[in-house]
Amino acid sequence: MRERLALSRPTEASSGKTGSWRTFRPVVDRETCNACGLCAQYCPDGVIDEDLNIDLDYCKGCGICANECPKEAITMIREER
Amino acid sequence: MLTIATGNKAVAAAAKAAEPGVIAAYPITPQTEIVEQIAEYINAGDLASQYILVESEHSAMAACIGASVGGVRTFTATSSHGLLYMHEMVHWAAGARLPIVMANVNRALGPGWNTWAEHTDAFSQRDTGWLQVFVSTVQEAYDATLMAFKIAEDERVLLPVMVNLDGFTLSHIMQSLETVEIGDFLPPYHLPHAIDTENPCVYGPMTGPNDHFRFRWDIERSMRDARGVIAEVEREFAERFGRSYAPTEDYRCDDADVIVIAMGTLGKEAEVAVDRLRDDGIRAGSMRLRWFRPFPDLDLAGREVVVIDRDYSFGFGGVIAGSVRAKTGIEPYSVIAGLGGQEVTYNDIAGFVRDRRPGEETWFGVNEDV
Amino acid sequence: MYEIRIHSRGGQGGVTAARLLALAAFRDGKYATACPFYGAERRGAPVVSFVRIDAEPIKIYSQIHEPDLVIVLDTSIMDVVDVLQGLKGDGTVLLNSAHPLEGCGASCLHVDLTGIALARDLVIAGSPILNTPVLGALAKMGIVTLPSVQEAIREMFTDERNVQAAEAAYGGLKV
Repeated sequence: MRERLALSRPTEASSGKTGSWRTFRPVVDRETCNACGLCAQYCPDGVIDEDLNIDLDYCKGCGICANECPKEAITMIREER
Repeated sequence: MLTIATGNKAVAAAAKAAEPGVIAAYPITPQTEIVEQIAEYINAGDLASQYILVESEHSAMAACIGASVGGVRTFTATSSHGLLYMHEMVHWAAGARLPIVMANVNRALGPGWNTWAEHTDAFSQRDTGWLQVFVSTVQEAYDATLMAFKIAEDERVLLPVMVNLDGFTLSHIMQSLETVEIGDFLPPYHLPHAIDTENPCVYGPMTGPNDHFRFRWDIERSMRDARGVIAEVEREFAERFGRSYAPTEDYRCDDADVIVIAMGTLGKEAEVAVDRLRDDGIRAGSMRLRWFRPFPDLDLAGREVVVIDRDYSFGFGGVIAGSVRAKTGIEPYSVIAGLGGQEVTYNDIAGFVRDRRPGEETWFGVNEDV
Repeated sequence: MYEIRIHSRGGQGGVTAARLLALAAFRDGKYATACPFYGAERRGAPVVSFVRIDAEPIKIYSQIHEPDLVIVLDTSIMDVVDVLQGLKGDGTVLLNSAHPLEGCGASCLHVDLTGIALARDLVIAGSPILNTPVLGALAKMGIVTLPSVQEAIREMFTDERNVQAAEAAYGGLKV
C-alpha cells in the first residue's frame, strides 16, 4: 500500500529487548508490598502487569517504581553480568 | 428542487445531502447561519449526523480529525479568526491525509474588528496541504461543497478541501438555488488508513527526517493528481446535474486583449465590467480563479492582465498577482481592493482596466503613492 | 434590471422584506437577489437592504447606488439619511406613511403600513410588522404579482394575517 502518513504498528522489540540497557534491577519485597499498584501506574514503559510482576525483558531500570512506592517495598539492585 | 437561499444555507444544504457521520463546528460571524441550519436539520430529524458541540474551532477540527480517521465523513465550517484559531489542526488534517470538508466564509482579520469579506483568512492557510476552491454564487456554493467531498475522498487525493465564500456578500445574499438528488454521486466513505481495532496502530508517531520528507512529497504528489480528479468530478457533476465548472471561469476571454483575474464575488462582478468595457470598444475578458490550491495553469500568453487581490502579503504584494507573475511570467497590473468588505462596483473594476499600468500596484481608494 | 433600495431601522424587518420581495420575484419566474448591507447594526439603527430583479441571471454584488425604487419603512430616518441619494430621474419612492410628505418629488407613493399592521395586531417585540404588508404595495405597483406575494409570504410565515396585511396594502395603495 502507498504510504501516505506515519503509522506505527506494535511489534515486539523493534529496538531489541530494552531490558538489556538496565544497570539496576527492581526487586519487590512481597512481604512489605500492599499491592496498591502505584508502581504499575507510574512505570513509563508499562512493563508491570496487573499482578505487579515486572517484565525484565523490557524494564530499563529507571527506578521510578522504587521512588514512587509508598511502602518502600522496591529496591534497586545492581545488575551483575 | 428550485428555491432561493443564502450562500450559507446552500452550503448547509449540500452538507446535509452528503450525510456526514460527524459534524463539529463553532459559530462565528458570518458563518453562523451554516451551523444554525445544520442544527435545525438534525433537530428536525432530517439529518442523522452526530453533531459535536465544541468549545473552540481548534477542537472542532480536532473532532473532525478523530471522526474522519475513525471512518466517517466529516464536515465543519468556520471563518476568519476561527480558521486561524484552528490553524495547527488544519495542518494536521492534511498531514494525516483526512478528506475533511470545511466551508470557510471569508472574512477579514482584526484588528480593527471587521466582519466583512476578505481572502486573507484562507490564504493564510495556503501551505497547509488543503485544496481550496472559491465560489461566486449561491448555486456554486452548493455544487462546490458537494463536489468537495468526492474530490477529497478520492484515493488519489485523500486531502481535505476548503470551500470559500465571501462573507456577507455571498454568505448572506439570496439567489436562486437548485438542489439535487445526489443518488450515488458520493460513494460510501472509505479511508484506507481508518482505525481498525483488530489491527491497531499509532497515528502520528515520531517520524524521522527521511520518512517525513517522503510524506511531504506524497502530499504534493496528491495535489498534482488532484488536478485530474477535480476535472473528472466536475465532468461527472455536469453530466449528472447539468452544471459545468472548471479551474477558472473564463468570460469573453477568447479574443480579449486584457484579462481581469479576480476571485469570489468580485470575479463574477468583473463579468459585468467586461460587458461595459466591450460596449466602449475595449476588448476585455474575465478569468475568475476558482481553484487556489492546486493552482490552475493559466493561459494568458499575449494578453495584458489586471489582477484584483482581496488580500495582501505585507512586504511582498498581492497573493494572486504574485502567483500570476510566478506562473506566467506576465507582469500584471496589481489592484488591491475590497479588503474588509470595501465596496467595489463593476464600474470600479472597469476603471481598473481602463487605467491599467502593467507592472505597477495600486491600492483602490488610497490616494497616496504606493 | 430593476434595482430597489430599502431603508429601515434595525428590527423593523427591512432585511426580511428584501428577501420576501426577491422570493416573490423568483416565483414570478424572474431572477432576483436580495442583499442586506450588514453594518455594525443594532436595533433602531438605520439599515439598508438591496433587491435586484431581472430577466437574466444577476452578477452584481455591489451595493445599489442608483436605485429605480426607494422604499422607506420608517420616515423618521429621512432626518438622518438622504434616502433619495442616487435615485434615478424617473425613479419612484414608496413611503410607509398615512400622508404624503413634502419634498419627496412627484413620483412619491405612500401607504400606511404601520396602520395596516396594527389593525391586525401584527406586532413583534413592540414593533409593528412592516415587511409583509409592504409586499402588497409592491404588487400594486406591478413590481411583483399579488399571487407570488401571497405564495412568498406563505413560504416564510405561517400566520395568515401576514397575507391579509399584504392584501390590505395592495388595496390601500393609490398609484
